[in-house]
Amino acid sequence: MDLDPDPVDEAFRAEVRAGLASILPGQPLPSVNTEEGFAAHREFERKLADARLAVVSWPERYGGRDAPLSQWLVFEEEYYRAGGPVRVGQNGLFLLAPTLFAHGSEEQLDRILPPMATAEQVWAQAWSEPGAGSDLAAIRSSAVSTEEGWLLSGQKTWSSRAAFADRAFGLFRSDPAAERHRGLTYLMFDLRAPGVTVRPIAQLDGEPGFAEIFLDEVFVPDADVIGEPGAGWKVAMSTASHERGLSLRSPGRFMAATDRLVRLWQSGSDRPREGRQAHGERIAPEAPQANRAIAGREAIGDRVADAWIAARAYQLHTHGTVASLADGGTLGAESSLGKVFWSELDVSLCETALDLLGPHAELADRYWADSYLFALAGPIYAGTNEIQRSVIAERLLGLPR
Amino acid sequence: MRFTLTEEQRQFGAAIHELLTDADVPGAARSWADGDHGPGLAIWRALAKAGVTALVVPESAGGLGASPVDLVVACEELGHHPVPGPLAESIAALPVLLADLASTEVLAALASGDLIGTLAVPPVLPYALDADAAGLVVLAERGAVSMSPSGIGLRSIDPARRLFALRTGQELAANAGDQVRAALYQGTLASAALLLGAGRGLLEACAEHAKTREQFGRPVGAFQAVKHQLANVLIGLEFARPLVYAAAIALGTDEPTAARDLSAARVACADAARLAARTALQVHGAIGYTRECDISLWLAKVRALSSTWGSQAEHRAVVLAALTEPRTGPWS
Repeated sequence: MDLDPDPVDEAFRAEVRAGLASILPGQPLPSVNTEEGFAAHREFERKLADARLAVVSWPERYGGRDAPLSQWLVFEEEYYRAGGPVRVGQNGLFLLAPTLFAHGSEEQLDRILPPMATAEQVWAQAWSEPGAGSDLAAIRSSAVSTEEGWLLSGQKTWSSRAAFADRAFGLFRSDPAAERHRGLTYLMFDLRAPGVTVRPIAQLDGEPGFAEIFLDEVFVPDADVIGEPGAGWKVAMSTASHERGLSLRSPGRFMAATDRLVRLWQSGSDRPREGRQAHGERIAPEAPQANRAIAGREAIGDRVADAWIAARAYQLHTHGTVASLADGGTLGAESSLGKVFWSELDVSLCETALDLLGPHAELADRYWADSYLFALAGPIYAGTNEIQRSVIAERLLGLPR
Repeated sequence: MRFTLTEEQRQFGAAIHELLTDADVPGAARSWADGDHGPGLAIWRALAKAGVTALVVPESAGGLGASPVDLVVACEELGHHPVPGPLAESIAALPVLLADLASTEVLAALASGDLIGTLAVPPVLPYALDADAAGLVVLAERGAVSMSPSGIGLRSIDPARRLFALRTGQELAANAGDQVRAALYQGTLASAALLLGAGRGLLEACAEHAKTREQFGRPVGAFQAVKHQLANVLIGLEFARPLVYAAAIALGTDEPTAARDLSAARVACADAARLAARTALQVHGAIGYTRECDISLWLAKVRALSSTWGSQAEHRAVVLAALTEPRTGPWS
């Protein structure tokens, strides 16, 4: 048992670091949830893809490097350490792609993955409906089979990125007689197809980070069904652990945020040590030494320590998962442990930073205020933490349903 | 990097678990609390046979010279079954403290389990645990190490622990600050693993109770209010464990981050074990508040252990200091 860095992984780290340094924007990009910002993030993804850094773990033929999981984690560490922009394509990259790798046809992989890697095509997720949130199996949006394909009707909501994205994926009820988990089909559709109406929803910060999607007999060819018609629930759930676990929120993100929190605690400033402007953040002029003035700062020290301990625990736990996967293990209900852990860690580390900033904390459009608003969603999306806790109790502890 | 136990280490842990499952550890812990060390000492002898007492003792003195990771594997099981006695003291701290200070015979006796030792290191460890059951009682104060006559026993909040304030006796070394610190680190690592194991024991007992105890016509474990509390306990334990192994690795390879990693592990393990204790009691209800119920064997032990080998406040301060001023450690 050891924690020694692998020389091959470290060589890869150096390459990633150099590659990122040459393409990261000198100025923070505008918010991804604006038309201008979305375009700027798409443009950045293109550069990332040109450097073959967009999808390092994918096969080479789709724009990746066939990198093992350990190197994907190294990439993430470097990406967040350098303050890289929000990944505009993350719904496609981290949710749809794993599903395609597991259940997609060759034709689908060849057609869908390359433009996803370059962000030429950006994907939104379309899981929730007004009556199907935590109870996802209550989906009512329908897919009616026709001679040429399918006609989708109904309403999806809380659809991340849908305001500006190109395509979306989700579950639809294809057998009106079947109930709950049965009779659902996993489909992909064009957000600009006739019959689609996208209505952006302003999030807490006022920006349209998600949207409602209204579908009125939207045509989808058979080629855009993933897996067997009617087997959509199984297809979606087989990769749900990806969303809850490693691929959605890797430890690198929290280690970078915690390092920043420690700097804030220490010096009153959380600018990166290298003296280089962090990327992808909207930074307004900051009051120097802000936290020095906060009465009771000393009392926050324990929380800073706890945030670091938790981020480190998540990182180490992930190293353990990588080792177990390498030994042929699988990622099942255990991913629910991680989902609850990282989402609560994220909220508490942001709250700690804001408490350190005292009266400056409420200023908007700054790293910690933005991070805090983003973190607040964590315990809700990708399956609420209540759902995850029930999964943990029933599947890992064997408590009765 | 391969951050997982070897097959051999897994088997070692499983063997200790099996040994302790077959022994009546709860019965031995109750006898120990009543002043009868006999059944507990029989378990110690069985553990010695399995190599547990020899782990940290150098090979040159008849020990196994095993890694701190092996010590963690063993201690998690010793906490998992609430084995009574000065575990962190005798199998972790003393072999390190005495490696250069005591005779080969003393070290060999610790390794074979013929000798059980305990120690006090005021102010961190003001009392020697279970000195009445130990053949070797050591006091380390301000860097001076001496063999001590055991003083008067004080009751602990855990009936299976008896605490002894020590007086200076026959001197072994005058300036052994480095050895004392190393011994404290090793004992702290053991205490973290014991707490982790205790948390697991509590969670398992709690889950079992929740599956079988019925109220309102269904097992109480079917209620979401109960499920979610147990889920939180498992989360705490699962994310504390890798911190303990990372600390063991850092200690074994003498990393500059060892003190930080050790304190981080202890903070997480004690917090996780305390949550397990509170939850286990709450889920058991009134029966959990009795001596008769086995969870009582872990409940007070968790409370006691989480304030020895450094307090939570002390360990958090170490982590914070290490992050902001690298190269500091506790008790330096």
